[in-house]
Amino acid sequence: MARDDRGFTKIQELAYELRVADAMTAAVETIGPENTVGDLAQRLREMKISGMPVCDKEKLVGMMSIEDLINCLMEGELGRKIRHKMTRDVVTLYADEPLTRAVERFEKTGFGRFPVLERKSGKVVGIITKGDIVRCLLRKLEIDYREEEARRHRVSHLFDDLEADSSRLVLRYRVEGGDFTTAGQRSSRLKRNLTRLGFHPEMRRRAAIAAYEAEMNMVIFTPGGELEVCVEPGRITVEAVDRGPGIADVELAMKPGYSSAPDWVRELGFGAGMGLPNIKSCSDEMTLETRPGEGTRLRFVVGPRS
Amino acid sequence: MLEMRLAGAKDGAGRLMEQEGGARKVSHTVEMSVEEIGKVLDAELVTGGRNPLPSVRMGCGCDLMSDVLSFAKPNTLLLTGLVTPQVIYAAEVADIKVVCFVRGKRPRGEMVKLAESKGIVLLTTPYGMFESCGRLYQCGLRGCFEMGEERKLGAGSA
Repeated sequence: MARDDRGFTKIQELAYELRVADAMTAAVETIGPENTVGDLAQRLREMKISGMPVCDKEKLVGMMSIEDLINCLMEGELGRKIRHKMTRDVVTLYADEPLTRAVERFEKTGFGRFPVLERKSGKVVGIITKGDIVRCLLRKLEIDYREEEARRHRVSHLFDDLEADSSRLVLRYRVEGGDFTTAGQRSSRLKRNLTRLGFHPEMRRRAAIAAYEAEMNMVIFTPGGELEVCVEPGRITVEAVDRGPGIADVELAMKPGYSSAPDWVRELGFGAGMGLPNIKSCSDEMTLETRPGEGTRLRFVVGPRS
Repeated sequence: MLEMRLAGAKDGAGRLMEQEGGARKVSHTVEMSVEEIGKVLDAELVTGGRNPLPSVRMGCGCDLMSDVLSFAKPNTLLLTGLVTPQVIYAAEVADIKVVCFVRGKRPRGEMVKLAESKGIVLLTTPYGMFESCGRLYQCGLRGCFEMGEERKLGAGSA
């Protein structure tokens, strides 16, 4: 199967959002060009790090890595000055660049670390390794995961935590008539809320499907209205109230396959005459009050009868 | 000739039997992964939703979202020629995790983002609705009507 590689994983998205500054090790250790390779060996050992930028009065002039040090050891050049042995063509990154840039650079150059500069002053403000990137991404993923978990946890215990003989939560959604771009959005948001509130999958599915049909009816046939959802433990009640033309023949409207929707609605995949029958089959109770010229009040319940 | 390397799919197709009264019934449910669907339909992944990629147990080919909401069950693959945000919303409320657009239709921009935010996988296949459904059915993937009937009749293991 052809795979779309234009970036869709969560990791890729994060690597784009995060900046080099988020992942780098700040307060970087530097060494001067006049120090000896021996000084460097001691500093690397003390700090337990694998490379250092070489700075001359805060200005970056080169890099010394552990590989450079090993080469010097083999040549017996511990006494030589850093400026003779350092890598001069240093690849750098700016602190405000996206983390993806750093990943690309590591892939392209094969280097183990890059000094990070502040764009304005050109000063070294940090150093970044592949390990830093991995740690940063993992940390961010964990935070995101915890936040969603915490949200879910918080809300799913809402009813347990409220001290009352009974409690109910009311969610209101305004629906614009004729606005097909947002049609379906309220039911989608309702479903997410019911998920967070810890409702059984089948129950939240039935409630969301019925709400979607009610929302679509409002968008197609009326100038607008409101969905009022009353949530209680184990029971979801939806009232869909609109200021539309009303339903002339309720019995006919309840018949599967009957629809008075215009062609443009059918072209959008609706108006198949399944709306009201579907709401009925998804709900445990349903009542419909309608007055021609005034509007319609549809009420349905998902959950045991009261 | 359609290649059927997929063990589960071949098994399923092989077990198509004639029932009493002429009704066809597969003796067990075939589950298909997004990757298997991709192979059978030469489909391209538009967005992968959340990893890991889900699998489906039945299919529904439909351009009427109301029908989708009436008949599709969770774990259904939705095949459709309709490319509007309402497809994504309908999929979400009906617990549909995989949607494949037929005849090379490809959702763009906002719609892809919407699907991503809801963890819905989007595919696009060059085949038309009839060919797409036929190919999948041949591999043993069943329709959501059949699955509903089976449950009503009390057949199957459960």
